[in-house]
Amino acid sequence: MMEGLPMLIEARGISKQFGGVDVLSDVDLDLHAGEIHALLGENGAGKSTFAKILAGIHRPTRGKLRLNGQPVDVSSPIAAQKLGIALIHQEPISFPDLSVAENIVMGRQAGGLLSRVPWAKIIADARRYLDMLGVSLDVTRPMRGLSIANQQMVEIARSLASDSKLIIMDEPTAPLTPREVDTLFNIARRLREEGRTIIFISHRLEEVRMLCDRVTIFRDGAHIATQTIDSISDDEIIKLMIGRTLKKYMRKHMAAIGETALEVSNLSLPGAFEDVSFTLRRGEIIGLGGLVGAGRTDVARALFGVAPAASGQISIGGVGATINKPSEAIELGLSFVPEDRAGHGIFSTLSVEHNLTAAIPNLIAPSGFISRKREHGISSQAVDDLSIRLASLRQPIVELSGGNQQKAILARWLLTEPKILILDEPTRGIDIGVKAEFYDMIGDLAEAGRAILLISSELPELLSLCDRILVMSEGRITAEFPRETATQESIMQAAVPRTGMAA
Amino acid sequence: MTLLRSIFLRREAGILVMIVIFCAVVGLYKPQFLTGQSLRIVLLLTPLIMIGAMAQMLVLIARHVDLSIGSMLGFSAMVVGLMYREYPDIYWLLGFPVAILTGAVLGLGNGLLVTLFRLPSIIVTLGTLSLYRGLTFIISDARQINRSVIPTELKVMSRTSPIFDVPWIILIAFAIALMTFVIARHTQLGRQTYALGSNPEAAPLRGIDVTKVTLIVFTLAGALSGLAGILYASRWGFVNPSNTGAGFEFQVIAAVVIGGVSINGGVGTVMGTVLGVLLLGCVAAALPLLGIPGSTQNAIYGAVILIALLIDRSVRQRGAISMSRTTS
Repeated sequence: MMEGLPMLIEARGISKQFGGVDVLSDVDLDLHAGEIHALLGENGAGKSTFAKILAGIHRPTRGKLRLNGQPVDVSSPIAAQKLGIALIHQEPISFPDLSVAENIVMGRQAGGLLSRVPWAKIIADARRYLDMLGVSLDVTRPMRGLSIANQQMVEIARSLASDSKLIIMDEPTAPLTPREVDTLFNIARRLREEGRTIIFISHRLEEVRMLCDRVTIFRDGAHIATQTIDSISDDEIIKLMIGRTLKKYMRKHMAAIGETALEVSNLSLPGAFEDVSFTLRRGEIIGLGGLVGAGRTDVARALFGVAPAASGQISIGGVGATINKPSEAIELGLSFVPEDRAGHGIFSTLSVEHNLTAAIPNLIAPSGFISRKREHGISSQAVDDLSIRLASLRQPIVELSGGNQQKAILARWLLTEPKILILDEPTRGIDIGVKAEFYDMIGDLAEAGRAILLISSELPELLSLCDRILVMSEGRITAEFPRETATQESIMQAAVPRTGMAA
Repeated sequence: MTLLRSIFLRREAGILVMIVIFCAVVGLYKPQFLTGQSLRIVLLLTPLIMIGAMAQMLVLIARHVDLSIGSMLGFSAMVVGLMYREYPDIYWLLGFPVAILTGAVLGLGNGLLVTLFRLPSIIVTLGTLSLYRGLTFIISDARQINRSVIPTELKVMSRTSPIFDVPWIILIAFAIALMTFVIARHTQLGRQTYALGSNPEAAPLRGIDVTKVTLIVFTLAGALSGLAGILYASRWGFVNPSNTGAGFEFQVIAAVVIGGVSINGGVGTVMGTVLGVLLLGCVAAALPLLGIPGSTQNAIYGAVILIALLIDRSVRQRGAISMSRTTS
């Protein structure tokens, strides 16, 4: 049925490198006018990079784009807008202090800086576009305070205002309620009837089936397959999404598993996770798998008291515990190495030394004043233990490579002698060599009798390191596999949301 | 939400209420405060601050700050004063374009430093605050421009009036406020300034030439400071290298912040700023009447800023709570 439709976009050999790393390699993709096209792939498969290249936010390292048969150069977001390409981010970009109407027309007005702002026309146009979408919003109110769903509607109105032929929606449904998703889908279908093309990036196969005509699957920056949605099953899609063969890392020793360290039962935080229960023993590594946004990090943050759960019990070493803030968690022997290194992990302007000792004030300052000698001794010992590569303990931590920064943060928490260690994507953005070192280190920690909860989106990492793997999807634990029976396919099956509804 | 409440929740209404309460309280002790004469005093105290506040408002809306406007005022006033001294026969009105251009060049300097080197404006203008002040000393040999040098026509502008007995200097200040209103509200430049301050990361994605807008805003701030410089010479009849414009930036930022302009950019109106200036003017006019010495004026200004911000915050929080109650 697609063959009759004219071609809107032809992408040929699109490649993109960031800092010498290939994020996209030689992607070819054709988009028909008037289709809704799903773009699927694991985290980091290159979907968003491809979308940003189409929208002029990134420039491809190599490759050519044709629009309606003509070669085009999408050199900037404004160039994309003029060509009729609009990208709608998951968290829409806006000017919160400006009115809804201005946000719809911003960037489209003609005339010099001193030309008049045609308020009446702006307001009338904005009303018209929102009416076309069936959205009733006061266009003179400021953007600040609008719900995410309404902000998305404003973005879609923006794309109508610039008469976009291609509208890219990057995981638009993640923050929406089911009813808002319905509205969005109805609008998307209407836009398709008008002959516009939509790229729909999502993890939710159910939604893709409801909405899309064709699917394209990306993996590790490469285009793997494009098929009509009716000609491919969910299982095939999942297989294509993961289907890589990675050399397997094997944990050297399995630790002896001891008594219960952490027991969690019926932990819930509305909007983040529901009814999470598991038991973690000393010497055990439990993997927490799932897609980004499944609620894994929220569970970790709840355990560490950053954003405590609303209900449920936590017991540590067999004793019931209340954890309402991180200091209480640390007191109970928990440590949490967060995923967002730059945002939550490091004190970027401070030295490596100060970063290492940040969690143990009592050890370096037994008398209330910091003992430089103790601080130096403790931190140089830690650097040796984890073989952190650096020029000097005094150098700012941001000068270290990503892997060594991550080691330093791990070292900081190990210095607190934690009994329970929560690692959130500890090897993200680290090169392969350092990864293996990390795996050894995590294995050693378990062997030393620590209980480890490892959050990871990398399936091979979970499979090779963990004694057991729990999979979360939409805030719930959907599966548990012992190490022996877990496979990439079975984890992915449990991770992909099936309900089409937000948690 | 009723229209009345939406008006009440606006920052401007809050300042107006503060002005009324302040005047009523002062009037209770000193009834002569509530006469036309003191309105005149208030207005005469404010034109320079009004012009500086318009400049600062645009800069703050763009999520920058200009600490150097007092020094730009001083330097421009000095350039004009020197011109009158060296060329006594020059046509007096020529002082206006000279002062405005001088200020514009200094402002452009700030803008270039901010945009070319991507330096934070608070640091750049802290530097030029000293630099421009130092240059004022150098070009003047650290000597004051005396009363006899300033053309009589210029000095008279602060007292004489074309209409309704309102002196020229006040008319000019309100004309500048009107001009700023038009720029802020009705030109692409103004809307792009709000957009830039509201979300600097998104601005280039939406086709805003960030460098151009930033340069224009700083240059405009300089030009308005230059205008304030020549009006200083008119109002006070002298130009002193160390006093002229010193501390001006403080009064101006006080007025602008009281007027509801956010230091986080993107927020602020001319009406709010005008009211902020008038509130400060009322305070300044009331102090001598109440027998409070001028030496405590800065402390009082500081207190007024803090009180105004605290009142505003608590009013808004209450407003937000009651609003969320009515909508949910």
